[in-house]
Amino acid sequence: MSSTKPVLIFGYGNPGRGDDALGPELAAAIEAEAFAGVECPLVETQTDMQLQAEHVMDLAGRERVLFVDADMSCAEPYTFEILEPEKDGSYTSHAMTPGALLHAYRRVYGSEAPPSYVLRIRGYNFELGDPMGDQACLNLAAAIELVRKLCADVSGKDWNRLLSSTDKAQSHCQSRACGGYTLPTSIEKTSQD
Amino acid sequence: MSEQMRRVAIDPVTRVEGHGKITLLQDADNRVHEARLHIVEFRGFEKFIQGRPYWEVPTFVQRLCGICPVSHHLAAAKAVDQLVGVEELTPSSLKLRQLLHFGQTLQSHALHFFHLSSPDLLFGFGSDVAKRNIIGVIEAHPETAVKGVKLRKYGQQVIAAISGKRVHGSAAVPGGMNKSLTKEERNVLLADIKDIIAWSEEAVSLNEQIHMAHPENHAFGKLNTNFLGMIGPKGELELYHGGLRARAPDGSTLFDQFDYRGYQDIIREEVRSWSYMKFPYLTSLGKEKGWYRVGPLARVNNCDSISTPLAEAARKRFKAFAHGSFVQDTLAYHWARMIEMLYCAEAIELLLNDEDISGSDLVVTGEKRSEGIGVIEAPRGTLFHHYKIDEEGMIKKANLIVSTTSNNQAMNESVRSVADQYIDGNEITEGLLNHLEVAVRAYDPCLSCATHALGKMPLQVELIDANGGLVDRLTKGSNGNIERSL
Repeated sequence: MSSTKPVLIFGYGNPGRGDDALGPELAAAIEAEAFAGVECPLVETQTDMQLQAEHVMDLAGRERVLFVDADMSCAEPYTFEILEPEKDGSYTSHAMTPGALLHAYRRVYGSEAPPSYVLRIRGYNFELGDPMGDQACLNLAAAIELVRKLCADVSGKDWNRLLSSTDKAQSHCQSRACGGYTLPTSIEKTSQD
Repeated sequence: MSEQMRRVAIDPVTRVEGHGKITLLQDADNRVHEARLHIVEFRGFEKFIQGRPYWEVPTFVQRLCGICPVSHHLAAAKAVDQLVGVEELTPSSLKLRQLLHFGQTLQSHALHFFHLSSPDLLFGFGSDVAKRNIIGVIEAHPETAVKGVKLRKYGQQVIAAISGKRVHGSAAVPGGMNKSLTKEERNVLLADIKDIIAWSEEAVSLNEQIHMAHPENHAFGKLNTNFLGMIGPKGELELYHGGLRARAPDGSTLFDQFDYRGYQDIIREEVRSWSYMKFPYLTSLGKEKGWYRVGPLARVNNCDSISTPLAEAARKRFKAFAHGSFVQDTLAYHWARMIEMLYCAEAIELLLNDEDISGSDLVVTGEKRSEGIGVIEAPRGTLFHHYKIDEEGMIKKANLIVSTTSNNQAMNESVRSVADQYIDGNEITEGLLNHLEVAVRAYDPCLSCATHALGKMPLQVELIDANGGLVDRLTKGSNGNIERSL
């Protein structure tokens, strides 16, 4: 696949730890549909166990990025939110947040990262060697439905309309103030509707 | 019941999921006499492996760690080679595995220095927390940080070229390798290798200068320990295959060129009630004196030479710093790590120019056996994979000693030393917490995966008095916010 496809779906997590496989599983499902033909012709998928600093290079040249992760505390079946760059105060590099990755991008490239979103899919069990649970699979199915809609919206103008409710308000504020984080025109229009 | 078989109940309050915890225990004179680090909790590894067919093991053990999956892949592959009765690989397969290993070690060491430790070294321990991460490094040293990202990316490209993809690829198979490198793949990697070597050399120089310019760093968390590591046949630094060497703090040799398949004769593992992680020690020295350090500091101290010229020159400067004896400074782990990164970069260039790397003779077969032991020097230290299989080829017993486990006692000792030196009365200050983080980071402990899915990663430090009472507790969130709670 070309690295210049406009939309990157980045599912991360450890497929060997129960529901932590949600992110990679979603990416695999979308990739399978893309291979099948027309569902996501402008989308590239990528998976990894964890986010790391070098992933800034995978964001370059994109119009939009969707990070997909398992989350043990988000609302069921998922939450879909806009991401902002954030400084990483963690004591370890073993688990970089997507917000920290956007911040690193800004510093490495001297410009803002592409507009980015995170899809948190609710997981419950993260034990090594366990398969994904039934409820996590149901949540994954719901999340795939959402991502299909996102993939179908090549312009990206409907992405903000599909945000989880609390994030819609935030995106509305961001589209006006931006805080140094530039949203694409199509998304700004949507959020002002 | 033997000591190794003894069952120990783990107190639920010590269980850690997705965050770190340090417990400092004071004596009656308010000195910190013991530190208990609960950063990592390796449990379930053996259960994860048991019951699976041996030929699948090298692939699925990559799921044990998101930072060093290739290390587990190769250690498992070496054990599986023995299970299929293969003692010696073809030259092409051996060199491909070495190349894969060097790519992994280079990217892992680059991540550690540029993302994790350089903020401590470049800004000092007491600097603004917001600057003590890669963002701060990039702001103050933009060129260095970008080179770090590119070094990391290059290592990933080496892995991807050999194993098909950079995560969970299929490279090693029983008795050999799945594929070799095409000339085109070699040329792509060769195009950047001069830069990679030059940047690695700069990183060595930077660490060297920092360590020498800050005498206060030398005693920070310093320990006088035994060192354990793999060694080549001529005593040279060896990361993929060789014998085991252990040396005492005074430089005397405890054993040398030891066949790692007999590791259970020289290493035992102690279980303690407060941690899932075991405490290995050298059998001949016993529990009290037998604990040791592994990883870059141990390897660069232990070896007699390094086979590539730039890294060997750097090693000689390292040894000269300690006037020929061991460098025991805990913060010198960073310096040694960069020497190894330079070695990997040089070795990658040599291998990419070796025609064997494109050879087609890739697999050897032999008579199946019931037991296999594979050992490599992973980025963080010596890694043991030990399997026994049944007649159907299913794993019936597995034992792993991961690098961080070998450094377990040393990490606790360094944390205790730093805590005792910097604690101010009965209060855990933010400065103390920062210093404890620096001590832990030097060892580059491997954290269990999936932590990112479990929310933020706070670090909690507790102070317990001689009567077992909680004196103070400080928690630092992943956003850097500090909270005190009692």
